Amino acid sequence: MKLSRMLLPWAGGLTLLLGIAGLWFALFDSPPDYQQGETVRIMYVHVPAAWMSLFCYVVMAISAGVGLIWKHPVADVAAKGSAPIGAAFTIVTLISGAFWGKPMWGKWWVWDARLTAELVLLFLYLGYIALIHAFDDPKRGLKAGAVLALVGLINVPIIKFSVDWWTTMHQPASVVKMGGPAIDASMMVPLLLMAFAFKAYYIYVLLLRMRAEVTAGKVRALRLRQAHGAV
Amino acid sequence: MATFSGSGLTCLRGENLVFRDLDFTVAGGGALVLVGPNGSGKSSLLRMLAGLLGPAAGTLTWDGEAVTDEPDEHHARLHYVGHHDCVKPILTVAENLAFWARLHGSAATSEDRLERALHSLDVGHLRDVPGRFLSAGQKRRVNLARVVAVPAPLWLLDEPATALDRASVGRLNDAIAAHRAAGGLVVVSTHQDLGLDDPTILDLADFPPGPAPGVAI
Amino acid sequence: MTGFAAIVRRDLRLALRQGSDSTMVVMFFVLTCVLFPFGVGPEPNILARIAPGVIWVAALLASMLALERLFLADYEDGSLELLATAPPPLEFVVAAKILAHWLTTGLPLLIATPLLAILLNLPSEGFQVLIATLLLGTPTLSLIGAIGAALILGARRGGVLLSLLVLPLYIPVLIFGVGAVDAVIGGFPARTHVLVLSGILAVALPLAPFAAAAALRQALE
Repeated sequence: MKLSRMLLPWAGGLTLLLGIAGLWFALFDSPPDYQQGETVRIMYVHVPAAWMSLFCYVVMAISAGVGLIWKHPVADVAAKGSAPIGAAFTIVTLISGAFWGKPMWGKWWVWDARLTAELVLLFLYLGYIALIHAFDDPKRGLKAGAVLALVGLINVPIIKFSVDWWTTMHQPASVVKMGGPAIDASMMVPLLLMAFAFKAYYIYVLLLRMRAEVTAGKVRALRLRQAHGAV
Repeated sequence: MATFSGSGLTCLRGENLVFRDLDFTVAGGGALVLVGPNGSGKSSLLRMLAGLLGPAAGTLTWDGEAVTDEPDEHHARLHYVGHHDCVKPILTVAENLAFWARLHGSAATSEDRLERALHSLDVGHLRDVPGRFLSAGQKRRVNLARVVAVPAPLWLLDEPATALDRASVGRLNDAIAAHRAAGGLVVVSTHQDLGLDDPTILDLADFPPGPAPGVAI
Repeated sequence: MTGFAAIVRRDLRLALRQGSDSTMVVMFFVLTCVLFPFGVGPEPNILARIAPGVIWVAALLASMLALERLFLADYEDGSLELLATAPPPLEFVVAAKILAHWLTTGLPLLIATPLLAILLNLPSEGFQVLIATLLLGTPTLSLIGAIGAALILGARRGGVLLSLLVLPLYIPVLIFGVGAVDAVIGGFPARTHVLVLSGILAVALPLAPFAAAAALRQALE
């Protein structure tokens, strides 16, 4: 609790700083792509969000596993807090992807492997969130969610593989090439800045959520004691 | 003679402390009777002894060996009777009973033994009746017959006398007495006096939860 | 081993005597497939093109239908507590229940499939491989589904929740199942698809009972 209070303003400040710097580079101080023109600037939101969507899932599954095996309450809270943030990043990825896809491919949505995998990831997040809130006893929900998150962790590579396979069967893979394999330094700088800004934002929101969760737990404990007449 | 004991047992339900630092010992032929008001943790303790609920602290030992080391061995030596009677409505009484007997690995359990178990609780005449036609008391007696049918050293009975009439409580007592005479142990929770011989009484009100542990972060 | 056989026999007996679950699943399967010609039109070529996918998706939805009951009945009448405190390991018990579940709901789907393939005008060279992939895929569906069925015990709105949990996990099976049939109809070998399906089954076979047993233990605490 004390540690989180100390870290909170730093994470928040870092988010603002990196975010503003990243956006400045992304919007004003980087060249338009020779093929994609100005729309390439969507990438600076899209790609870091996509990275974060996976990163949050891995963090969520690992902390859920830690919570399940070593019964550490902080790990449970971290898993629960990560899920909505990860889901939000996934939604940002999908929507920014659609905005990018419209001028590039002429369609809002194509059943491309990456898009489909991202969509499935969103469903995994939503399933986890629905499951942990479906029980009267919040601890039971967290435990059930932990099993699901771990099963999902095994499944994510399988789903990724199968979806890749599926699209190569149906359409050539040439449609999507993320900004080309060799990326210029002028684009790399804002991309990395944004990536770190997103990561700092994640830490900031996660800490906020964990604090809220711990406080809610204390309120519950007080209510319980009230119900048992101990107060 | 087997000895079953627990020390320093603490039970946590959700965020609620039910009892703490509970110790008990039962030896072969002994009976431990759990008493206490509602919510004092009689059922939770029995579930803990059955291995369904992990203790938040403390250990359970059988002849000096921790039961958590060999959960399957522990399961093989216990019979648990909970709040439900788990009589399948579509299966007949005999089929219900035979299933649980077979699950307890007792392929050698003869028809004869099942038959005697049914008769000892006076449900022998119901053997071909599907479970859905049974009354609550009959279901309970079938459930108890399941316990009698396959020998196991440890009986864990949660309010076994619920829904039973006077005569059936007497039969239950006889069954428990026979089990103890053969060196078996029984832990039973109850609100009414079952009239067991020479029981050890464990009052769960003696192990109050005290202040709830703070959420430490 | 006697315990394993005893559970399979009991669950089969329960399912057969009630009878409704298996019939309901097959009815649902057939009806869903029959709806498609009304939706996309009776044009034989279109139906032939979508037949493998329609049959697979319908089989997937149908196998989910009975999933909720897999552990729920035993959970509600207390049998699950006894199964968990019986000598056989809980993973074993779960595996036996999954086998019985597949025999009563997965296998009947296979039997109804040829009829639907004819109704949907599936090219005849696809018949064999469709059955083969269903034979490999539906046990995986039962295995993965068992994890979901164990997780929702004691939850509010279990049935809806179950589909939300399980359907995303079914996607790989669907992709390779349909892919194999499409490949054969298109004149390509389906070997890789079938191998991947077998691989997924081989992974799910040990892992799913393990995960489902863990979830059941939580539900019983």
